[in-house]
Amino acid sequence: MSEHHGPATGIQRWLYATNHKDIGTMYLWFSFAMFFLGGSFAMVIRAELFQPGLQLVEPAFFNQMTTMHGLIMVFGAVMPAFVGLANWMVPLMIGAPDMALPRMNNLSFWILPFAFAMLVSTFFMEGGAPAFGWTFYAPLSTTYAPPSVTFFIFAVHLLGASSIMGSINIIVTVMNLRAPGMTYMKLPLFVWTWVITAFLLIAAMPVLAGAVTMMLTDIHFGTSFFSAAGGGDPVMFQHIFWFFGHPEVYIIILPAFGVVSEIIPTFSRKRLFGYSSMVYATASIAFLSFIVWAHHMYTTGMPLAGELFFMYATMLIAVPTGVKVFNWIATMFGGALTFETPMLFCIAFVFLFTLGGLTGVMLSLAPVDFAYHDSYFVVAHFHYTMVAGAIFSMSAAVYYWLPKWSGKMYNETMGKVHFWVAFIGFNLTFFPQHFVGLAGMPRRIPDYALQFADFNMMSSIGAFIYGFAQLLFLYNVVQTIRKGKVNTDEKTWEGAEGLEWTVPSPAPFHTFSTPPTVK
Amino acid sequence: MSTNNSDQYYVPESSGLALTTAAAVATMVGGLSISFNGLTFGDGTGGMGWIVALAGFTLFIATLFVWFRTTIIENHQGLANQQLKKSYALGMQWFIFSEVCFFFIFFGTLFYLRNLAGPWLGGEGTKVGDTNGVLWQGFQYAWPMMTTPQEAIGISNQVQANNGTFTSPTGLMHWDGIPLINTILLLSSSVTCHFAHTALLANNRSRFNIMLGITLILGFVFVGFQVEEYREAYVELGLTLKSGVYGSTFFLLTGFHGFHVCMGATILLVQWLRSTTKGDFTAEDHFGFEAAAWYWHFVDVVWVCLFLFVYII
Repeated sequence: MSEHHGPATGIQRWLYATNHKDIGTMYLWFSFAMFFLGGSFAMVIRAELFQPGLQLVEPAFFNQMTTMHGLIMVFGAVMPAFVGLANWMVPLMIGAPDMALPRMNNLSFWILPFAFAMLVSTFFMEGGAPAFGWTFYAPLSTTYAPPSVTFFIFAVHLLGASSIMGSINIIVTVMNLRAPGMTYMKLPLFVWTWVITAFLLIAAMPVLAGAVTMMLTDIHFGTSFFSAAGGGDPVMFQHIFWFFGHPEVYIIILPAFGVVSEIIPTFSRKRLFGYSSMVYATASIAFLSFIVWAHHMYTTGMPLAGELFFMYATMLIAVPTGVKVFNWIATMFGGALTFETPMLFCIAFVFLFTLGGLTGVMLSLAPVDFAYHDSYFVVAHFHYTMVAGAIFSMSAAVYYWLPKWSGKMYNETMGKVHFWVAFIGFNLTFFPQHFVGLAGMPRRIPDYALQFADFNMMSSIGAFIYGFAQLLFLYNVVQTIRKGKVNTDEKTWEGAEGLEWTVPSPAPFHTFSTPPTVK
Repeated sequence: MSTNNSDQYYVPESSGLALTTAAAVATMVGGLSISFNGLTFGDGTGGMGWIVALAGFTLFIATLFVWFRTTIIENHQGLANQQLKKSYALGMQWFIFSEVCFFFIFFGTLFYLRNLAGPWLGGEGTKVGDTNGVLWQGFQYAWPMMTTPQEAIGISNQVQANNGTFTSPTGLMHWDGIPLINTILLLSSSVTCHFAHTALLANNRSRFNIMLGITLILGFVFVGFQVEEYREAYVELGLTLKSGVYGSTFFLLTGFHGFHVCMGATILLVQWLRSTTKGDFTAEDHFGFEAAAWYWHFVDVVWVCLFLFVYII
């Protein structure tokens, strides 16, 4: 036990990390890698759909691509990215020296590479990778599943364990390690959204674990939870899955709300409009997320009272979400705006996420959902919320905090080029999908009718542009770290507020060893 | 170490425990996947899978041992300040909350199957879709399900893809035999566990050891009775995992509960050994025991719900 405390040297620094910044960095790079892996699957999908008719891959492989694209993007790219961001920023924002449980923090990270190695290894197994969609509905995922489903099930168990431990860590850190004077209603909004997200994760991930466990026993031990022949019900699988799955989509988007609520005030040079209403709106969304799951199942079959309940409950979500969008716009209103790269991504977020939210309201209406269900309209809807929501806000977060992490400033021109290429690519990809969806093109299909050809070609070109934009992103990040202009200002952005801007840049290995006092 | 000062926060040295644990768990579940697939699809690699799983499990237990040992040593050295202890307590509480959610979904499954899916299969609510008339004609719903839909129509008439043979049990699991005894055992063990806690708070170590010992014995007798109950179910009642949803839900709920009793009893056993052989725990500082006791009370509450919803109602 020595009086040190610099980082360990060499590979041990990472393998044996207990420092929240190092673990956060590993999370961020891991999720970046998974983002490219999941993205490459998306490129295969769009290449196949470039023209009608079977072009490049077998339909069975196409199904594996859509399935693994969804699983890897949700569990490998977006969720770890925000956990990494929380690891880096939550202790800095609340004036804590580290996460509350540093060794468990390392465990929640290191489970991920093993779990994804197991998941990706299914590509090389007999029968191929899971091909039943990221929602893995029974009986596709039980009676008709390839043998690799067992590896998928245990990989999901591992991911769940990782998420639960990560969430416990975050929630305990915020409850117990806030600097003196940092009351709950003074927490930065990113911290608030993560507290609520962590709560959702701790409640929802065990449900997912239960679902895959019942799949496991149905497949291997003769139970009949999802088989009507034994008195079970495949529809019950959908209920259980979406009881996890709907909180899950807010798990993905709430931290994004937090990021945007940090960045917009900075570049508006105004305080966030309606702070407390933002907190309450986040909490309301979290509560509602547990009572709306069956809006994914209108066409599956439900008593009419059920359809109505879930329809009205779902429409209610538009209220707190509307509050948030209103507050972001009101924050910008009358502000001294500048448009650096993080701000551009955030404005695009507000604009595009609102579009995604509005198509969500359309989908929430049970009678019309009967027409939209399982069409490309749904694909367009959730990519507007997941990509323009989660990924855009993540890009904004990287540009916003990279100077604090690395002590280097990114190249603003390159950042803007990345933004505009991504913005154009994204919209070119997904905007036409609204039209083909409304015209009746089903999702998860490797081929389509001729009348959808033009819009699909546009979509594919857009997807390649968007994929190229991510290469620019990677280039920008690497170039900033290697050759960026040295920036040692504590406060990178003149309008920025918060404790993370009171520590040196780059943030030293240990910060707030003695807690700051918050007035 | 950065500090021994209890006013300052303790950041542990870098540690290989997490990486080893992750590798061990991954090895374990990887091995289980191989062996389960060997059982079901019979590709001849199942045997190797069990060995891999066992190796992973052994490594997992070993790392957990070292991990907890490290934590305890740090505490003895005075490195764990009040703030860290509170973090541990909060962490345990949230972990138990996640366990509550885990059981919640299994109780939800039981509720859904009994009150919604079952009656629909039996022909109720034809507005939703007349599955009974189309697929399971002649199936009458009752709980416990003594005739599966498959048996009602005859397996050869089954239109739905056949993913197994579901044979009904010949008898029911009654609540007033072993389950009642087990309820009394587990409830008493919660009480003795509480007495152990009050003894510890009163600095009465011998009483603490005795009370905790009784708790342990009650816990292990509970598990023994459950093994006997499972034997009866399989041998005398024909109630198995393959008995349709009655057997499925019965074994899922009681099985996961039994697994948690085993874990809770093992954790308590470790605390008992710490107290008897090492003289650990004081009236002021006994988080290891306290966390184990919380867990034990949680397992007890789950059992009460089980007794009510699985056996009695």
